[in-house]
Amino acid sequence: MEPTDTRHPDYYHRVVDCQWACPAHTDVPEYIRLIAQGSFGDAYLSNRASNVFPGILGRVCDRPCEPACRRGRVEEQPVAICRLKRVASDHREDITDRLPVAAPLRNGKRIACIGAGPASLTVANDLLPLGYEVTIFEQWGLSGGLMRSNIPAFRLPADVLDEEIGYILAMGADLRLNTPITSLKALLQDGGYDAVFVGSGAPKAKDLRVAGRDDSDRIHSGIDWLQSVAFGHRKSIGERVLIIGVGNTAMDCCRSSLRLGAKHVRVMARKGRDFFKASEWELEDAESEGVEIVVNHAPRAFVIEDRRLTGMRFDVLEYDLEAGQIVAERKIDSVVIPCDDVILAIGQENAFPWIERDLGIEFDKWQVPKINPVTFQSSRPEVFFGGDSALGPKNIIWAVEHGHQAAISIHSHCCGKPVAERPAHGVTLASRKMGIHEWSYKNDYNPAERRLVPHVALAERFKQIKIEVELGFDATQTALEVQRCLNCDIQTVFAAPLCIECDACIDICPVDCLTMTANGTEAEITAQMKAPRRDPDRPLYVSAALKQTGRVMVKDEDLCVHCGLCAERCPTAAWDMQKSTVHIPHASSDETPCAQQATRQSA
Amino acid sequence: MASITKPKVAHPSLPRNELGLTRRDYEGGMSTLCAGCGHDSITAAITEAVWGLSLRPETLVKLSGIGCSSKTTAYFVSGAHGFNGVHGRMPSIATGANAANHTLTYLGVSGDGDSLSIGLGQLAHAIRRNVNMLYVIENNGVYGLTKGQFSASADVGTTSKKGDSNQQTPVDPALLALSLGAGFVARGFSGDKHQLVPLIQAGLRHPGFALIDVLSPCVTFNDHEGSTKSYAYTREHYHAAVEADYVPRAEAIAVDYPAGESLLVPLHDGSQVRLRKLEPAFDTRNRANAYAYIDAKLHEGEYVTGLIHAQDAPEHELHAVNRTAATPLNRMPYERLNPGAATLAKLMARYR
Repeated sequence: MEPTDTRHPDYYHRVVDCQWACPAHTDVPEYIRLIAQGSFGDAYLSNRASNVFPGILGRVCDRPCEPACRRGRVEEQPVAICRLKRVASDHREDITDRLPVAAPLRNGKRIACIGAGPASLTVANDLLPLGYEVTIFEQWGLSGGLMRSNIPAFRLPADVLDEEIGYILAMGADLRLNTPITSLKALLQDGGYDAVFVGSGAPKAKDLRVAGRDDSDRIHSGIDWLQSVAFGHRKSIGERVLIIGVGNTAMDCCRSSLRLGAKHVRVMARKGRDFFKASEWELEDAESEGVEIVVNHAPRAFVIEDRRLTGMRFDVLEYDLEAGQIVAERKIDSVVIPCDDVILAIGQENAFPWIERDLGIEFDKWQVPKINPVTFQSSRPEVFFGGDSALGPKNIIWAVEHGHQAAISIHSHCCGKPVAERPAHGVTLASRKMGIHEWSYKNDYNPAERRLVPHVALAERFKQIKIEVELGFDATQTALEVQRCLNCDIQTVFAAPLCIECDACIDICPVDCLTMTANGTEAEITAQMKAPRRDPDRPLYVSAALKQTGRVMVKDEDLCVHCGLCAERCPTAAWDMQKSTVHIPHASSDETPCAQQATRQSA
Repeated sequence: MASITKPKVAHPSLPRNELGLTRRDYEGGMSTLCAGCGHDSITAAITEAVWGLSLRPETLVKLSGIGCSSKTTAYFVSGAHGFNGVHGRMPSIATGANAANHTLTYLGVSGDGDSLSIGLGQLAHAIRRNVNMLYVIENNGVYGLTKGQFSASADVGTTSKKGDSNQQTPVDPALLALSLGAGFVARGFSGDKHQLVPLIQAGLRHPGFALIDVLSPCVTFNDHEGSTKSYAYTREHYHAAVEADYVPRAEAIAVDYPAGESLLVPLHDGSQVRLRKLEPAFDTRNRANAYAYIDAKLHEGEYVTGLIHAQDAPEHELHAVNRTAATPLNRMPYERLNPGAATLAKLMARYR
């Protein structure tokens, strides 16, 4: 094999599994270390640089980082990354004077953002410091988009939203509430904007067209119902509630129902538990509150008696599985489950009735605009999309990343630079060696198990819908949980010319991830590994030929716990522990200087 | 020396031996030797070898004297018995322990100073008595613990770190063992576990005294240009005369190797270590031939490694020669161990 090119910024980035898995590439080990040092404000700002909403995401992020976490491979449970993010947010000192500010000079460019959700807010956050004038149009009377309307307050309190959205508005974003855009054509023609960003979400609920659907006003669409609860329009619900669907919206619907007075809440799932779309922790929270989850029930009809909803008819199904896939289904029974309300939570999609089809914006056959997945540009150069409205429903952290990328594109577009030219990622490495047996980081492996976040007592939490259920880690839990992080960003960096092939690193490695062997094909090298290679998709590190024997040093990054013993036991410092910092570019005037003449900001 | 403790976490798919244990279960304490010390690699090789033999940790006895090498018994198989003796006196302790209980497996680890200077007489008599043990000499040519003076195994012409040249002829442990009649003599290199691990396994299985001289560079005091025991020099001048292979159980049953070509050492689980010679002119079974061959090679500046000599039919070991009781002393009832005053008086009467 050829020696691995570790100068490619992705090589060491991939080793930091959490950061690699995060759509916005949050520097997780760095902020966990800052929390460990008690620097909550620094940890918050490190988060904010990439994910913009640490307080919000520290509560409701979908956490793609956690399944990726290395700790989950060497032990059962990953580091509670999301909960630690909340710790940084909850305990931060006043950081308002360290937030980005709008440029003192405007660059004369005006941007319109449609929808005041996370994608648009990120675009504003990135472009305001560069001198852009950003106007955000929001059809409802509150900012935040689905973060506010679809995530119940007992999971995400309004003051957390207000504070973090406030940071962006304080930079001078012009938020226009209760201002729906009804015609993109009018906005493009008469608005005088240099670019338009569409971050209007996926606001249309999928419907269930079965008998009786239109015969009762007690059949609700999940996201609309959640929104009316969030905005205070709806304050009660019947005693017996059925939720159709078992995604995260369903979890929010069932738990909200309990807080509006429901006594018996059942979530009706068409398939078995392995096919649920809801996150495991949201299922746990719902079940712990007494929600019953019923599997293998497919909805067939609403039962309406005397123009009143009295129940719902379901087919009871049985499935044949092969290798986890359904190969056949059979109806074995038909049942009516009595209820007072039904909430449909079977998915949502984006809808653009306000975009005229003659604007040069191409739509596909599902009436979804064709978007470049890298630049987020539509087929009309000055119109960009992001968040759920771009590539369908995902989650907040994806919307933030779309916003970052769209901001880069908008900046390039406005400065006359090709949008497809993306700023380069980079990585810097700095040694942690302070002297013999002295390192400027500590990585004693702590075998502690994942801490469980404390919750408000069951009896308390239903009293008001605004009572936040999760309390966040206390000091003791935080102190233990931060020690579970393996510091994957403290990289093992190898210098082949220094190696004397003494085997010390191989002998000491606790997880046997190092091997010295004759060079060969990947299959030949894999066969010689000291411990079996578990994941063939994870690249191997292969050094240049070693001086004495011409063999190569091979490292399987899969299970390395970054303990530093290889470097500690290396007599020639061929192994070194070096902190990698991955540079993820955002819209920047340094990268793309704008030739346009700047104008002084008007008061 | 390491400031970091080795995490208890291990690779989840590590192979398990017959007892269901992994290599990690055969580890000992953290080494306090210099980073890059050859001795630590030998420790790893011993760990691997003992694991591979599926030895119960409590059936192993680790013995050592004084020196860097003698510290290493603390760094492997923490569940084994251990005795760290006086400088150069480990062979006596091993002899006594083995005399008292022959059912255990004895592994002595010593260095060139402990074995070839202060303990040379002890080593010679352990070989002469044919104590059933494996004696590993971690040979680095210097007194590392006292800052790198030449030891008795330093070659003529090798230089110290400060540049002095050694003029005294070395004692070669392999030639010494051959001349004293050891039934199993081998040489290895700490940087070649592929060769060393099967040699250790074969040595532990040999019924009688087995000696392995392991070239083990001192990374601090003897790894410079001009040294004949540095990593670089050893790699250039070590010469494998015999190849050692591990033969898995299924293969061991299926294939019958021609006698003379290879020596088969049966392991506990039915697998074998097969030692196969690479040099046609070299006969491991013929002691005189082996002596002449490695002596000639030493004069050419080459260290012959691998199995040097193994007796076809091992000579009687300590217990057979002395016709000792089959029951180890710790399992013998007090009445048998102590014949009583009357028997003693009768015995004494014979000398009056």
